[in-house]
Amino acid sequence: MTGTVGMRNVADGSEALAVAPALPRVRRRRPPEVVVVARRALRLTKTKIGLGIVVFVVGFAVVGPFVASPPPKSIAGAPFSTASAVNWLGTDALGRSVLSRLLAGGWVILLCGVIAALIGVGVGAALGLMASWRFGLRDEFIMRSLDVILSFPPLILGLLLVSVVGPKLWLIVLAVALWHVPGTGRVVRSVALEVRRRDFVQMAEAIGVPTWRIMGGEILPNITSQVLVEFGLRLTWSIGLIASLSFLGFGRQPPAPDWGYMIYENLVGLSVNPWGVIGPVIMIALLTVGINFITDGIQRSVIGIVRESDAAG
Amino acid sequence: MQLASPSPDIAKGGTSHANLEVSGLRVDLGASGRDIVAEISLTVQAGQALGLVGESGSGKTTVALALLGFARPGARIVDGQVLVAGRDLLTMSPPELRELRGSRVSYVPQDPVSALNPSLRIGEQILEVLEEHDYGGSHAARRERMDAVLSDVKLPGNRAFLRRFPHQLSGGQQQRVGLAMAFACVPKVIVMDEPTTGLDVTTQAHILETVRQLGREYAASTVYVSHDLAVVSEIADHVAVMYAGRIIDMGRAADVLGAPEHPYTLALRQALPELKTRRVVNGIPGVPPLPGHRPAGCGFASRCRFAASECRSEMPPLAELRPGRFVRCVRVNAVRQSDVEPAQLDEPSLRPPSQPGAILALRNVRAGFGDTEILHDINLDLMPGKCLALVGESGSGKTTLAKTIAGMHAERTGSIVFRGAELEADSRKRPVETRRLIQYIFQNPFASLSPRRTIGSIIAQPLKLLTDLSRAELDEHVSRSLERVSLRPELVARYPDELSGGERQRVAIARALAVEPELLLCDEVTSALDVSVQALVLKMLRELQRELGLSLLFTTHNLPVVATIADEVIVLQDGYAVEHGPVSQVLHAPTHPYTRALIADSPHLVVTDEVAAGGGETGGVPHP
Repeated sequence: MTGTVGMRNVADGSEALAVAPALPRVRRRRPPEVVVVARRALRLTKTKIGLGIVVFVVGFAVVGPFVASPPPKSIAGAPFSTASAVNWLGTDALGRSVLSRLLAGGWVILLCGVIAALIGVGVGAALGLMASWRFGLRDEFIMRSLDVILSFPPLILGLLLVSVVGPKLWLIVLAVALWHVPGTGRVVRSVALEVRRRDFVQMAEAIGVPTWRIMGGEILPNITSQVLVEFGLRLTWSIGLIASLSFLGFGRQPPAPDWGYMIYENLVGLSVNPWGVIGPVIMIALLTVGINFITDGIQRSVIGIVRESDAAG
Repeated sequence: MQLASPSPDIAKGGTSHANLEVSGLRVDLGASGRDIVAEISLTVQAGQALGLVGESGSGKTTVALALLGFARPGARIVDGQVLVAGRDLLTMSPPELRELRGSRVSYVPQDPVSALNPSLRIGEQILEVLEEHDYGGSHAARRERMDAVLSDVKLPGNRAFLRRFPHQLSGGQQQRVGLAMAFACVPKVIVMDEPTTGLDVTTQAHILETVRQLGREYAASTVYVSHDLAVVSEIADHVAVMYAGRIIDMGRAADVLGAPEHPYTLALRQALPELKTRRVVNGIPGVPPLPGHRPAGCGFASRCRFAASECRSEMPPLAELRPGRFVRCVRVNAVRQSDVEPAQLDEPSLRPPSQPGAILALRNVRAGFGDTEILHDINLDLMPGKCLALVGESGSGKTTLAKTIAGMHAERTGSIVFRGAELEADSRKRPVETRRLIQYIFQNPFASLSPRRTIGSIIAQPLKLLTDLSRAELDEHVSRSLERVSLRPELVARYPDELSGGERQRVAIARALAVEPELLLCDEVTSALDVSVQALVLKMLRELQRELGLSLLFTTHNLPVVATIADEVIVLQDGYAVEHGPVSQVLHAPTHPYTRALIADSPHLVVTDEVAAGGGETGGVPHP
């Protein structure tokens, strides 16, 4: 899917950047556009800060479950006890270690957010491409169907599905993904429409390249950066939405730790041990801000703002 | 300033004075110390026009903007003087500059569509300029001034017209509004950046006439930036030719263009197709050096056939050969002695046609979009190995016709027969063999090559789809195709944005030729290119046509180009074929009034100058 390709290439790009001068290659093959865009984006301090934050939060959430001690489900002291040498961030409503629960409660939100954004952006991009191909019934049908989904506020859409099927994690992911589809579809359709009109697409059409190959081989490569920006944006929203749904109790079920539900659980003890609420809030905020910084950097790089400051400097 | 300001004007009496004096102007790429343009010195007298000529990347637009004290983002004016009526623009404060721009110095941009605010009515648009500079002191005076300037640019001044929006005007009218705004505050200096480039020849001829007249009446100094030698020769009293950021040739227009003494000017002249002479156009191989990558010596040396060793080591000075004539070349004598007369175009030696009769025959073809019919009842026959030119202005339907034949425009009726068989309207329904034999080349090589594909992959695409070559044969075919259009086979791994416009168009041609077609549809293939590159492409197409026995359908709005490539011409007007015949007959003895108008309005190189008749130096000038 587009998103994974993008993410993987970002890593490849920075690696190639470090290696390139050492290898005297006869004919360098130019890296794909996403890599070029990512490299240019990484020249901005903002992107670097964003990347630092995201690496920190993701590292925290991924390594966390393995180092969390005492175990996040065990009682470690009196409820809402304040920070101490044993429980650095104190304990929560049931007397469990806030730090342990913080360490163990992030990966689900993160994973669900990424999956939801991937599915949502992937499906949305595919529908947007299809709609952009030709004005007519198919375009109208796709776009109007998407409008229907768009008319639901995201939380209501999630709650609606959950109240019908029950609080299942996969359902939350699906609901969030579904909500991403119309927005992505619209964005992709509009950028694809512009590429669609260009001569090289007409050329491919005239010599008889199959439609799906024109979409995949001619149009998609020319809009990858816009799709990448959309993915970053959607990722932030995913995480926020899933945290909100968890806060309402539709996410990971207790006693399993979860950043969203932690906020709800510990709200009553806010004045006694604020860490139970502030901890997860900070983590979610950091993640969101970090991803936004990166997305913003990529967007600037796509538009070409970075290039201009290069010329001046 | 230690730099003597060379004045291209031969002072005639004491009446004329310079409104614009530029000396030692230099614009750098940021703070890099690399110049975009440098050593720009010129003077324009009141009521006169200087043509600033150059190809893309020569720095002419950078100079034009610097005359307004403006540099594009990333560029910086670092040195020099721009005196407008005696005041130096470059030392002014931003508020002073703002006051000056639009009133004393004004600018007419290339594209009136993007220059006019689409949500302001024409009247408001023009009044805004006057109000900004508080012209006349009262509203009534400004209204009066607006009426006057509108009549000067030959636009109606009535209420209905003033209430229109820009999109409700024709391209020519829009550009006249641009002129009205530029002349509104009676400026001393007017900078025009290719104001007629997007217009049809007839409209262009009228606008040029107005520009010429206004410049005289307002006694303004006009700087007319253009890539088109013919247009400049019609409008300018003096010409400055730019190359690689330097003025390399400057003097009276008839002098510079009529008897070129700089190798580049000479080469440009020989690259310029002319309407009345069927001669070979010679392009200039190679590409101009970019800012920051310019050689130590003369920027043109690597492409110059007169270049000697000293040209490469040291930048020649802009030397004054005689009063008012400046040339930046140390090989002037060699240039003077060279053979200026170009070779005549030889008739293509016909290969025996693969089959008798026309390769392509159209009968009663009509095409359009929905209810609008764009092409009416078109009939034509294209003989094998011949080149048929479809000539017309924008909106004449020439591109629609080419696309209809290519099967990219399927809404048509009538019959199109190719090699004896009726063609399907939609190319996707045509057999593979037919799709292979008919190839189409687009006008704009910047849009017709996918920016995300390598050159190799671009050329291989039709090969993979339309032929059954093996992998190895494919690679060989691709590199052979590149060689055929004089491009290095190493380019296969490059991307289009690493290539110049001319190279890209050659890639597009290579892609079309790779599958060995019999009919090549060329849609304005040279209109996005510089003349020097256009000449290369035209010559190459002509040679390939002979070599491969190709049949060519060549659409263009440019009549001189027709003279250099086509055997037969069809003139299209509003979708009707109004004239049809061999090139020599149509261009020399047109019968239809529309063709006559087109020929009359086509800009052509004017190399005589009544005022300069006593000059004597212009002897031996080939007349067009």
